[in-house]
Amino acid sequence: MTIRARVCGAFLAAALATTAFNGAFAAEDTIKVGILHSLSGTMAISETTLKDAMLMLIDEQNKKGGLLGKKLEAVVVDPASDWPLFAEKARELISVDKVSAVFGCWTSVSRKSVLPVFEELNSILFYPVQYEGEESQRNVFYTGAAPNQQAIPAVDYLMENEEVERWVLAGTDYVYPRTTNKILEAYLISKGVKPEDIMINYTPFGHSDWQTIVSDIKKFGSAGKKTAVVSTINGDANVPFYKELANQGIKAEDIPVVAFSVGEEELAGLDTGPLVGHLAAWNYFQSVDNPANGEFIKTWKAYTKNDKRVTNDPMEAHYIGFNMWLKAVEKAGTTDTDAVLDAMVGISVPNLSGGYSTMMPNHHITKPVLIGEIQADGQFETVWETPGLVVGDEWSDYLPDSKDLIADWRAPMSCGNFNIATGKCGGKGS
Amino acid sequence: MYRILQTVLVALILLTAIPTAGLRAEEPLRDLVDALGTAKLSNMDEHIAALAKSGDPKIVPVLEALGDGNLYVRKADGQVFLTRESGADLILSDPLSGESVGEAPKSALQKIKVNNSVRRAVRAALGGLTLLSPDRNQRFRAAQSVLQAPGADALPTIENALAAEKDAGIRALLEQARATAILTSDRPPEEKRQAVQTLKQSGSREALSILSAALGTAEETLKPDIEAALASIEQTQTLWAGGQNVWYGLSLGSVLLLAAIGLAITFGVMGIINMAHGEMVMLGAYTTFLVQDVVRTSFPGLFDWSLAIALPLAFLVTGAVGLAIERGVIRFLYGRPLETLLATWGISLILQQAVRSIFGPTNQEVGNPSWMSGAFELGGLTITWNRLWIILFALTVFAGLLFLLKKTPMGLQMRAVTQNRRMASSMGIRTPVVDALTFALGSGIAGMAGVALSQIDNVSPNLGQGYIIDSFMVVVFGGVGNLWGTLVGAFSLGILNKFLEPYAGAVLGKILVLVLIILFIQKRPRGLFALKGRAVEA
Repeated sequence: MTIRARVCGAFLAAALATTAFNGAFAAEDTIKVGILHSLSGTMAISETTLKDAMLMLIDEQNKKGGLLGKKLEAVVVDPASDWPLFAEKARELISVDKVSAVFGCWTSVSRKSVLPVFEELNSILFYPVQYEGEESQRNVFYTGAAPNQQAIPAVDYLMENEEVERWVLAGTDYVYPRTTNKILEAYLISKGVKPEDIMINYTPFGHSDWQTIVSDIKKFGSAGKKTAVVSTINGDANVPFYKELANQGIKAEDIPVVAFSVGEEELAGLDTGPLVGHLAAWNYFQSVDNPANGEFIKTWKAYTKNDKRVTNDPMEAHYIGFNMWLKAVEKAGTTDTDAVLDAMVGISVPNLSGGYSTMMPNHHITKPVLIGEIQADGQFETVWETPGLVVGDEWSDYLPDSKDLIADWRAPMSCGNFNIATGKCGGKGS
Repeated sequence: MYRILQTVLVALILLTAIPTAGLRAEEPLRDLVDALGTAKLSNMDEHIAALAKSGDPKIVPVLEALGDGNLYVRKADGQVFLTRESGADLILSDPLSGESVGEAPKSALQKIKVNNSVRRAVRAALGGLTLLSPDRNQRFRAAQSVLQAPGADALPTIENALAAEKDAGIRALLEQARATAILTSDRPPEEKRQAVQTLKQSGSREALSILSAALGTAEETLKPDIEAALASIEQTQTLWAGGQNVWYGLSLGSVLLLAAIGLAITFGVMGIINMAHGEMVMLGAYTTFLVQDVVRTSFPGLFDWSLAIALPLAFLVTGAVGLAIERGVIRFLYGRPLETLLATWGISLILQQAVRSIFGPTNQEVGNPSWMSGAFELGGLTITWNRLWIILFALTVFAGLLFLLKKTPMGLQMRAVTQNRRMASSMGIRTPVVDALTFALGSGIAGMAGVALSQIDNVSPNLGQGYIIDSFMVVVFGGVGNLWGTLVGAFSLGILNKFLEPYAGAVLGKILVLVLIILFIQKRPRGLFALKGRAVEA
């Protein structure tokens, strides 16, 4: 009963949202862009920002004259953090609203829920969040980081610069942390770390009582070897986690925490004074100093009319993805899905960290990897970055199931899981 | 005798050496400081070591600023300055003399980058430099940092400091640091054995860490001693761990109690299935945020009092919202639990989305006042201040509520109405007013809980959802309609959870607790403390 009530509420809200945005440009001939981000429920905290970022990008593009001589029109729906509803809303966007491309999803489970819809109705999804890999789909472009563009370089950094020998892999209990930790565990063991020097810990979503786990980490760290925490803790649970770390006096100099899901947006809800020195690995930080990023931040603050709003990595991923899509549509001269899919591979656009990102045949992009330390003002300071760009590796080389798989969506291979050992398309995964 | 002589000597050397050395070293020192401006992160520790080697106390503020990220280099001439922020500008002061040399826009200067290894080097250098400082707190911090990374070459410094030190707390730290340094030095085995004993007696977790690190490199003859010491420390640590679990359980229990106590009134006493209870907690937390926002911008001096100001405000705000909900919706639905459940669920969605629209979906920053930050050690227990205050606060709220219900006329009327509405009504009690006030009271208390929870959880529109299930669980487990049941229920669930967590993990632990409660409710459907008598049937 309660679920029905929630779904009804969400439908109502979504219906209101769609009509409001549909009304705006109904008169002229437009190219429609779908935005599939939760505006209510648990994930609203992260996804609402991405919706705003997309609206801003579309707005800016319309000021520059739109695309193919037409105005762009945003169609916003609210899947309300409800995974099956993501699939329904995606179907609605593609078959009712006839959008040319969809930008959306945050959690892996929401992405998995919409995959069959995009495949069946043959449309395009841009997915902007760092994820666990082990997937490559014809209709999806992954503009967030694959594990080798975030997790592995972060662990390398800790091993080389902080001489860490003992590892705590702490995560929220769902698919992204579990898969990432599996990859990291295999990687660490391949680097000669003993299994007893790895502690893996999972907590439920929204976990708020971290006392036991933080004191376990402290205990694990007092074995005379340099210890670090690799955190795939997601969303709201981070704030109480960091508060507990600070209160129990765990300093970054002693046990650094490197996080893959903590960005500027998450830090905005925290007093970062006691957290200075803890780390995060991303492909973009707001503090990256270059003209393109400065311009982006200025536009964003003006668009949200809030001088305190921060930018973050998934926003940059949408920035890259949107610009790639624009370029591909211009190259193809049409918004027809198959033509755009063909045109996308090889497209190269400037990213906000001062370089270019290119769409690879596996539908992942090239990115630099940055390691940043939390500063007292809630920003990150880059302390290390990869010398060049890193190509997203969809099938991890460190898992036995996927090390022989590659993806290449160019003709004639056109396969998301080609097994180089057997020479056949098809294997584990989608 | 030797000790005293040594102290006098050290003091004499310091007294005579500093002024003259200071004068002579001024120029090379400035070069060393300016060199920090061009240093790379990778060779920063060499620069810090060179500075520390000068032994000049003047560089203490320079190193402190470097560690705190307040050391900047001027782009124009490569000169290094200590800085303080003032709006968009930086106030510069000379690194060695500390004299103010004016302001400059941020763009004219570049921050000297530091990372964790630089901070560690700074900490170690500062520890060596400030061990003889006249300020007790500075010495204490120095002793702590020396203990973090004592090397064999720090041994003479530590011994000098130890000889001069009178404060017992600092002495204990220094003794440990000395023992640690000895373990890595080439002192005779007898001294090392003594060092192991010193560490063993301290019994701390740091000692455990130091000894296990030393085990790998120690001589064969020393290994049995270290192993014995390790075993003994581990044993005491295990004992303390049990106590620590009880403490964690009490603390989790107090959070549960706070979240559930308002519900114990609305659901327990009045029988309303109030799904919007969590949102009352959330509104209380947002009230705290607003109060802190105003305090930060207008009265920064009052920040430590912000929670005290927020408490009555949160009570009034959420009490008023509760009153409006009762008068507007719930009073039409008495005796229809299903409709009440749906209606309050709807209200909770409306409140959540309203807060999301007004304040945005992201977390809001609620700071901890200084008296709620940090932790202290009690034997082997680490007790964090915020948890301690929350436990005390939960108990105070509980006692206050109990007093209100049992000893005041209003409480008497509330109990009368909930026990036998018609009889109470015919005795002249205006039952609708009492209903409204009771609901407002329950909501107001939830709001006060929100003030406390804003200190440990994040303030977002979803805050309440995390607590609603737990609150119902506590009230049902403790026995509906009984405040003492809520108290005992909250603490026993908290402790049970914390004892299961280390063995089963956080996810499984929570599931086990739920399963146990289901089994318990099968056996005792009315909870721990069931109400007896005619009231039950009503």
